Amino acid sequence: MATSKPRVKVPKTASAGETVVIKTLISHEMESGQRKDKDGNVIPRKIINRFTCEFNGQPVFSCDIDPAISANPYFEFSAKVPESGTFKFTWVDDDGSTYTDEQKIEVK
Amino acid sequence: VGKWSRAAAQQALSEDVLLEFEPFGNLTLVHITDIHAQLMPVYFREPSINLGAGAAAGLPPHVSGSDFLKLYKIEPGSPHAYTLTSEDFAALAKTYGKMGGLDRIATIIKRIRSARGDNMLLLDGGDTWQGSYTSLKTKGQDMVDAFNALAPDAMTGHWEFTYGADRVQEIIEGLSFPFLGGNIYDAEWNEPAFDAYKMFEKGGVKIAVLGQAFPYTPIANPRWMFPNWSFGIREEDVAKNVESARAEGAELVVLLSHNGFDVDRAMASRIEGIDVILTGHTHDALPEPVLVGKTLLIASGSHGKFLSRLDLDVRGGEVKGFRHRLIPVFSDVITPDADMTKLVADLRAPYEAELKRELATTQGLLYRRGNFNGTFDDLICQALLEVREADIALSPGFRWGTSVLPGQAITVEDLHNACAMTYPAAYRSTMTGQMLKDILEDVADNLFNKDPYYQQGGDMVRVGGMGYAIDPEGAMGSRVSKMTLLKTGEAIDSAKEYAVAGWASVNEATEGPPIWEVVETYLTSHKVVTPEENRSVEIIG
Amino acid sequence: FIAMAGLGVGPAAAAAEDTEKKIMDFTGGKAPESGKISLTAPEIAENGNTVPITVEVESAMTGDDMVQSVLILADGNPNPEVATFNFTALSGTAAATTRMRLAKTQSVIAVAKMADGSVFMDKKEVKVTIGGCGG
Ligand SMILES: [Mn+2]
Ligand SMILES: [Mn+2]
Repeated sequence: MATSKPRVKVPKTASAGETVVIKTLISHEMESGQRKDKDGNVIPRKIINRFTCEFNGQPVFSCDIDPAISANPYFEFSAKVPESGTFKFTWVDDDGSTYTDEQKIEVK
Repeated sequence: VGKWSRAAAQQALSEDVLLEFEPFGNLTLVHITDIHAQLMPVYFREPSINLGAGAAAGLPPHVSGSDFLKLYKIEPGSPHAYTLTSEDFAALAKTYGKMGGLDRIATIIKRIRSARGDNMLLLDGGDTWQGSYTSLKTKGQDMVDAFNALAPDAMTGHWEFTYGADRVQEIIEGLSFPFLGGNIYDAEWNEPAFDAYKMFEKGGVKIAVLGQAFPYTPIANPRWMFPNWSFGIREEDVAKNVESARAEGAELVVLLSHNGFDVDRAMASRIEGIDVILTGHTHDALPEPVLVGKTLLIASGSHGKFLSRLDLDVRGGEVKGFRHRLIPVFSDVITPDADMTKLVADLRAPYEAELKRELATTQGLLYRRGNFNGTFDDLICQALLEVREADIALSPGFRWGTSVLPGQAITVEDLHNACAMTYPAAYRSTMTGQMLKDILEDVADNLFNKDPYYQQGGDMVRVGGMGYAIDPEGAMGSRVSKMTLLKTGEAIDSAKEYAVAGWASVNEATEGPPIWEVVETYLTSHKVVTPEENRSVEIIG
Repeated sequence: FIAMAGLGVGPAAAAAEDTEKKIMDFTGGKAPESGKISLTAPEIAENGNTVPITVEVESAMTGDDMVQSVLILADGNPNPEVATFNFTALSGTAAATTRMRLAKTQSVIAVAKMADGSVFMDKKEVKVTIGGCGG
């Protein structure tokens, strides 16, 4: 099956306490479970059902996802950066697999 | 209302009278829009029906024919009656001649430039690169070359995008002026893809020109041609850009808009701080500005028929006064600019023989504009019904396309003025009566929705082989009734399938010959066409 | 000019009461007030398969002035649920953007639950259209 490749945009630097904008995309068909194949059988649901963002192990933002979210889910949100550190992004698939990405940010 | 026309009517038509303008204030805006690639003078009949919905009903520009003449106190049969309305059009066209032509437009612009020096901005509202045989053949290059010579200060766009994202980017990189569009976003990363505004300083005044492209370009035109761009009205972005332009010191804020007039009217009432909106897209020509709060709305027509000149007195960050004229470009009266005449001739030379080729003669007036019908679209629908052997034909309600007078030959150029575009396939498919009804209802709601932000600014889809009744004031889904198959007189059955031919599908990989081939086949086999008044659409309510 | 592809007619649309029930489950039975939350969406969808929506809630995002979560619903889809955004003090601002599917013209609804238990709602109608004509 297709690999789900995440892409993330995080600024490289921020000032201490600054709120920055983060953008994330992951390639995924987000099969809704409502479509039928050509023989009339329901195509089973297979979506990314949860997305989380942590900073140095602390939760920043998360999203519980239903099948109405578009293919290649996109999330844009903000994060307050108290210190230099690492953002960790996690996407959870219905099939149990998880996809992750990490981005460092430096406080100047 | 009215002063403009009385002054004009008292005077004979001459270049000096047309262009005479006592300069006012400290700077001049010149606006041209929706020229639709017409390099040469043309005939263009304004609509006889142009209904407004909701709050805009009955207000300019939703006034046409004799009502328009009365509103602006224009004498029937006068030069201005000819340019601004459909009244007596064919006869007046013979008296007053063709309108526009880029060499005449160049003369007017040069004259204003020489009077105002550098204290002038020339702004192009878009729909510039598409609409003619030569623009299609050159992928807009003829218009780009001609407008580079006119040297506008900025433009925005709509049909430009139908040359595809790569071509648009290629052209923009070579433009000597900015292409502005604050409402165009990168669809993947949700960020602005074009500059929203540019600051100028003219006559000691800091001016911000904001560009607003047609918000519904990816819906009205094929999205697959520019998949990475997202549009939309994005009112909050316009407001934010006005604010940041003011913060940068703008004393005058001008919105160069391709929203369509009713959207601009609403936007002017909802966003503070816009001094002037140069409107476009809906092809309205108004002899006087419409004032909404403190915002002046200017409507400069289409196809090169008009330029608007707006002189402004801006002091202390405020518009203290203005003087406006909608300048009609009478091609027989205004001296062509020799340099531009030569440039246009050079651009057209490779295609001249084909442009002149005659396909048939028309016994009546061929025109397109009107909310429900136009004889040129009736002709296209007839060609689709006959050549593609269909029960029903659909032709999109475009507002561009020139007119052909009774007795004239229909040339390849005339035909292309009505259908030159990059997705011309004339498809043939089967649709149920229900699908046809859904299409008509959907298009009607895009035209007559009471909230202008939900309007797309075209005209109603033109239908051949089927009659219907429409109540423009009705609710979504209940405007259209009495759908009738004309060849049998029977009511359309929602479950039955009909053979439908049409063109300009926004779907990728639509199959069929280009529409101009279909119409050429029809014209050359008939030799003479006789357009008649279309009685198959009944307006009710 | 016709573009009817992509929207595939699914099961019957979510009933109004189903949407209402989802809101009440989220708020714990409290009727949401208007204000504080704003939902931004296009007036007309360019593509019903991917409609951008943004929510923003006025909040300092510190101490008691905190947005816990925002529920997104669509009342004309086969199921009303779209997503739930969960915010923290490290969010800095209670704002998020995503892209969603709309089966037809309908209202998108956003409900914010604050740390103090108050709830706020905004709603926007998004039209899904055939399109294809123009000036
Ligand atoms: Mn347009
Ligand atoms: Mn136009």
